[in-house]
Amino acid sequence: MVRPSRRGLLLGASAALLARPFAAAAQAPLRIEITEGVIEPMPFAAPAFVADTPAAEDLAARITQVMVDDLVGTGLFREIPRQAHLGRIGNFDAPVQFADWRAINAQALITGAVGVNGDAVSARFRLWDVFAQAPLGEGLRFDGSTATWRRLAHKVADAVYSRLTGEGGYFDSRVAFVTESGPKATRRKAIAVMDYDGANPVTLTDGSALALGPSMARSAQQILFTGYESGKPAVYLIGAGGGGRRAMASTGEISLAGGFAPNEAQALFSVSKGGASNIYLVDLGSGQARALTQGSAIDTAPTFSPDGGQIVFESDQGGTQQLYVMPAGGGAGVRISFGEGRYATPQWSPRGDLIAFTKIVGGRFHIGVMRPDGSGERLLTASYLDEGPSWAPNGRVLMFYRETPGEAGGPQIYTVDISGRNLRRVPTAGFASAPSWSGLLA
Amino acid sequence: MRGTRIAAAALVLGLALGACARAPIDTGAGFSGTPGAGALDGSAGFGTGPVTGGVLPGSTIGDTVQFAVDQTTLSPQAIGLVDAQVGWLLANPGAIEIEGHADERGTEQYNIQLGARRAAAVRDYMVSRGVPDGRIGTNTFGRARPVATCADESCWSQNRRAVTVVAGGAGV
Repeated sequence: MVRPSRRGLLLGASAALLARPFAAAAQAPLRIEITEGVIEPMPFAAPAFVADTPAAEDLAARITQVMVDDLVGTGLFREIPRQAHLGRIGNFDAPVQFADWRAINAQALITGAVGVNGDAVSARFRLWDVFAQAPLGEGLRFDGSTATWRRLAHKVADAVYSRLTGEGGYFDSRVAFVTESGPKATRRKAIAVMDYDGANPVTLTDGSALALGPSMARSAQQILFTGYESGKPAVYLIGAGGGGRRAMASTGEISLAGGFAPNEAQALFSVSKGGASNIYLVDLGSGQARALTQGSAIDTAPTFSPDGGQIVFESDQGGTQQLYVMPAGGGAGVRISFGEGRYATPQWSPRGDLIAFTKIVGGRFHIGVMRPDGSGERLLTASYLDEGPSWAPNGRVLMFYRETPGEAGGPQIYTVDISGRNLRRVPTAGFASAPSWSGLLA
Repeated sequence: MRGTRIAAAALVLGLALGACARAPIDTGAGFSGTPGAGALDGSAGFGTGPVTGGVLPGSTIGDTVQFAVDQTTLSPQAIGLVDAQVGWLLANPGAIEIEGHADERGTEQYNIQLGARRAAAVRDYMVSRGVPDGRIGTNTFGRARPVATCADESCWSQNRRAVTVVAGGAGV
């Protein structure tokens, strides 16, 4: 586990704040407003974190690099290359020579140090507002093990991101997805998990039976998925480490996994009987299921609002797939999608402000967002097949998959800002689809 | 070759249903077999290998009906073929499973449900024609098991299908 600790690193936040008025009169606080469309990424410098001992040098370099990759990967920040640096940080506690960093136009400076003691690793960092010549927040220290060193880097990056944007971070998080291999007509699909950046992938099912559509709990502790182990699609629950696998009893002919309730003790399934599919709320402990929709339509892909009070799902009750919102207890759904085309796979933002979806129109697939009342629809991507958006823990980024056409085609996982900018592929070993993003890890 | 198959299917239909007044099956549009691919020369070899749509065991009755985009109702052509399948089922014992499939132009989860509904449509029709409900199981694979992999309608139409799979027989 990674534990934040402030021991011994308090920089005197009040003193820093007292120093600010002088600078604040000259400029606004160092802050990137990510809602306003960042055209020019904020330049920052991140000299290699100082190794407390020679044994820590390798990890110090790697932690620095992962942290830099996290920040640059957002599209909001630009790293000033090391070779352009004039200043050197050889001692984490020595005063910073701001002139050296101002001269290369670094607006933010990240300094850090890494200590290794056996399997224990600690990473400390400070964030500096170069032009204000002041620290931005307190120094922080994170403790972990050598096996979780990437999490330490993500924790530092999350703290930096959070201070510079005012938003929560999203780097220290996990993603459940489907790893795919083999020819298109007989493709093997297995459930896997990875870090948000594609690192540390672990396959959880053996691929002998089709496994589809994982839903990751926000705690990242468990995963629901749809598996064909019995020959027919049914819902399985599995621990994020691969243990505790359990088949959930089905009340119909087939059942598909939807989203977890916020309490993670219940989840939504779509259950099919006689060609009609309805939404069920299932208690994961007892298996007890309660129908929330009734009828002959295909109601499927249900997920909860973050407060657990509402459910968004897709239904073809009006003739084609459209998005509906209903109370968590069931009852009349209100249609919220009214644009051209079909709408599917709705996912409520953890911030509550938007619903992401797949839209099919004019033979193209899009990832889009709209407000929960259906207003403000914006399409963020377009391709032959874009599908299955899943929210970053901070509700600012979406992960989805894009499948290329034809015999040799296959899916890859991407991220995109809710602004539609900064489309990036998440590196995976082979074809990968159906990402489901956890919340920020504890 | 297609003509041979249709004639045979019509013959089986006639035998199974007696003096049926139903019009002859007019086209092969309900079949997903590939004309000229050698699949109709005889019954040997079915059930193995990458045959795009097979036949019911010991017959020339196609095992696959196709559907229009995002539709689950049986076309007249599909009904003609399912009628022939019903004839075969009434003459042969054993359980079957109807597998529903979809093309890749819909989302995964919806397509699984769409496949389930296609399978149910075939089952319901068979039951209405006298096949005992208990003999017919259904399953769905959505878009996960295409028989044709190109990126245009010529392939998508083949993948929007329901396949009648005889337990222990062809088409598995």
